Amino acid sequence: MNGIVKPAKRAQFDHVSLAFETPKGKLSVVDDVTYNIHEGDFIAVIGPSGCGKTTMMSMLAGFQKPTTGRVLFDGEPVRGPGPERGVIFQEYGVFPWLTVKQNIAFGLQLKANRVPIAERDAICDHYIDLMGLGDFANSYPKHLSGGMRQRLAIARAYAVKPQFLLMDEPFGALDAQTRANMQNLLLKVLATEGKTVMLITHSVEEAIFLASRRVVVTARPARIKKIIDVPFAYPRDETIQERPEFGELRSYIRELVMSEYRAQQAQMRPVSFSE
Amino acid sequence: MIKGSTAIRLLLGSIPWIGAVVLWYAVRWSGLVNEALIPSPHQVAAKFVDLLLHDNLLLDIWSSTRRVFLGVILGIMVAVPVGFLLGWYRPARILADPMINFFRALPPIALIPLVIVYFGVDEPAKLVILFYAAFFSGVIVMYEGVSQITPLYIRVAKTLGAGEIEIFRKVIIPLTVPHILTALRVALGVAWATLVASELVAAQRGLGAMIQNASTYFLLDVIYVGIICIGCIALIMDLILRRISARLLVWQERAIA
Repeated sequence: MNGIVKPAKRAQFDHVSLAFETPKGKLSVVDDVTYNIHEGDFIAVIGPSGCGKTTMMSMLAGFQKPTTGRVLFDGEPVRGPGPERGVIFQEYGVFPWLTVKQNIAFGLQLKANRVPIAERDAICDHYIDLMGLGDFANSYPKHLSGGMRQRLAIARAYAVKPQFLLMDEPFGALDAQTRANMQNLLLKVLATEGKTVMLITHSVEEAIFLASRRVVVTARPARIKKIIDVPFAYPRDETIQERPEFGELRSYIRELVMSEYRAQQAQMRPVSFSE
Repeated sequence: MIKGSTAIRLLLGSIPWIGAVVLWYAVRWSGLVNEALIPSPHQVAAKFVDLLLHDNLLLDIWSSTRRVFLGVILGIMVAVPVGFLLGWYRPARILADPMINFFRALPPIALIPLVIVYFGVDEPAKLVILFYAAFFSGVIVMYEGVSQITPLYIRVAKTLGAGEIEIFRKVIIPLTVPHILTALRVALGVAWATLVASELVAAQRGLGAMIQNASTYFLLDVIYVGIICIGCIALIMDLILRRISARLLVWQERAIA
């Protein structure tokens, strides 16, 4: 876009639209979205809740198909979910019938990932350690707190080594401290493992703190309102949040999001629609 | 610590039974009801021993338990796959739902004349009635349960790279087990409730048959023995099943036991 040589494109949204037929007519959820995610990018998609950002991610994950346009991954149209695109769901989705260790091992035991049996244990232990779940390795998820379940979901997604991570409001349900911990941990892991990330969030701070680029999305139907590159280099820590640039960027993005939120409130339809 | 809590549980569990026996005596001695119509608990206990020693009560217990057990096993063996398909595939549900509810509503007793016509009066006829009761109660539990399995876990498994067979084996089966166990429990209860009806079909032995015969001769104490036996065996079977459930479903948020 600005002439600088960019790394390879991993994911491409090419004039992507998605609409549902409802009894009250066509409901447009995503409207003509075009942008690329490059190798090593950390993209945060921000917008008011219910705006269709999860739907965007869901199309790249392979759970929904665009009505028009194309969603490409490594140059190929997305046909369905796959282990090269790890997804961390808003609802965690840890398997309640498996222990912490068995949850992490789940992906490693699947044919598609071809992980030799001898290596599985070491990989499990590594992520159990990294996520601080050591004392709970053999516990069932019912004994875990919300933050621990989230860490388990992240560990399970990481264990199969996806090069691309899709995260849907991963820290939305956590309290402020756990949330800050998880964000730092995420940056730490990314620094050592180098992945491409698409993060869906409604938190402006989270988006600025974590991402290298922010895609601000309009109220439903989701359109790209603005793409903002970030002035902060990695590795980052909390101190950047006190920098004046951080504050300016936050006010600027917050205003963008708030204006969309107001627009959404104004056009509220009587039909409630959940993503 | 554990011993203490077991003792307390036993104590708490026995209070209602003691209360029931006390109430039983109280009603009998209050004079409100003709004594001939209420045998006292000790008379019933004596009758129980008498039947055990001289009338081969154990054979009745065995015949009935075997019938219930077989009826439930057969019923659930069919109810599990059928209920699963109905729960899993929406179109199948739309297709079969009204018919299942139609047959489910029919009381097994009403079917007895037809069962006699088509299956005779021997053991298979009784099993058919118990099978019917177990199947329809089990199939409903199964399909209600399976249809509520959240697609989230299947999505998660897919993003980790699971194929169709792996999803079935590693996600759907573990999520179905709790519903199979619930279906079994419900079917077991319904089958015991249907037992007396099934033994209306010219049964020689069995607790239901024993109650039928006793009612002809107005042997109230025998009827009481029969009823208490049915209740106790059903209770024991349910307890065993709950133990198994607790073992298999340690992971569940709400342990059944």
